[in-house]
Amino acid sequence: MYNVKIYVTYKESILDPQGEAIKTALHRLNYQDVQDVTVGKYFEMKIANNGQNVEEQVEKMCDELLANVNMETYRFEISATEGA
Amino acid sequence: MIYSIIRFPGSNCDWDMYYVLRDVMKVTPQFVDYRETTLPEDTAAVMIPGGFSYGDYLRSGAIARFSPIMNAVKEFAEAGKPVIGICNGFQVLTEAGLLPGALRHNDSLNFICKPQNLIVENNETQFTKRFNSKQTVMFPIAHGEGNYYCDEATLQELKEHHQIAFRYENNPNGSTDNIAGITNRSGNVLGMMPHPERASDAMLGGEDGKLLFQSLVESITQNV
Repeated sequence: MYNVKIYVTYKESILDPQGEAIKTALHRLNYQDVQDVTVGKYFEMKIANNGQNVEEQVEKMCDELLANVNMETYRFEISATEGA
Repeated sequence: MIYSIIRFPGSNCDWDMYYVLRDVMKVTPQFVDYRETTLPEDTAAVMIPGGFSYGDYLRSGAIARFSPIMNAVKEFAEAGKPVIGICNGFQVLTEAGLLPGALRHNDSLNFICKPQNLIVENNETQFTKRFNSKQTVMFPIAHGEGNYYCDEATLQELKEHHQIAFRYENNPNGSTDNIAGITNRSGNVLGMMPHPERASDAMLGGEDGKLLFQSLVESITQNV
């Protein structure tokens, strides 16, 4: 079994209006040192070991569904758990 | 000849579309459930209405694109036949890869619902030929994620092939190059955020949208 954590965010070149709004709110709460806020999506998955390359499978899932690669980018972490 | 209106769970402008086609345009609309795998045999055009398909989960349009009916819609589009996606329909068409680019959250983060002036940029498509070039028209907008995005290379291609059908007069949502609606390169797929079906009856505040449906119906009738 694999535990997978996936993070999807807007590409850097794309304005993240939610991140901007949250940054402004944090400044209003006097957290003046906050310079940049990025909002994204976080997924956790358990994937059974099927003998195939798990990284390739996760990458494919991200490209096909979890991220819109026109405007978003993703990264992921995979760890094998006991009973794999 | 049937105008097939695709209904996803969460579509909510399906009846607006039905009403305009049946009562204003006097043609024959038919609802097509997202679980179907084929379109009605004599489908002349496919309409993907506005709404919140699949609750906008993940991203607007992201899950609708995997509905059983979408393969038939893709085949229909690839055969060069007319497909219109309005609002959520536009989002579905970009997610499905039938139109380039993507729709982001409005730059203000507000859901915007108001009358919106547009400029007709290309009146040489089967959807826009009844408009004058550079004509200003009013269609309502009602969206939270209508902020069109494409990269520079795609934008150049859109311009080169006259794919920008409508631009906003005063950009309400941050869209790249004020884009409100685009076609694919061959011109048979149109996606737009504003709602022509809500501007096709004087009693509902305007009739500019009728020109779009008249253009489509005329194009279809002439091709038969």
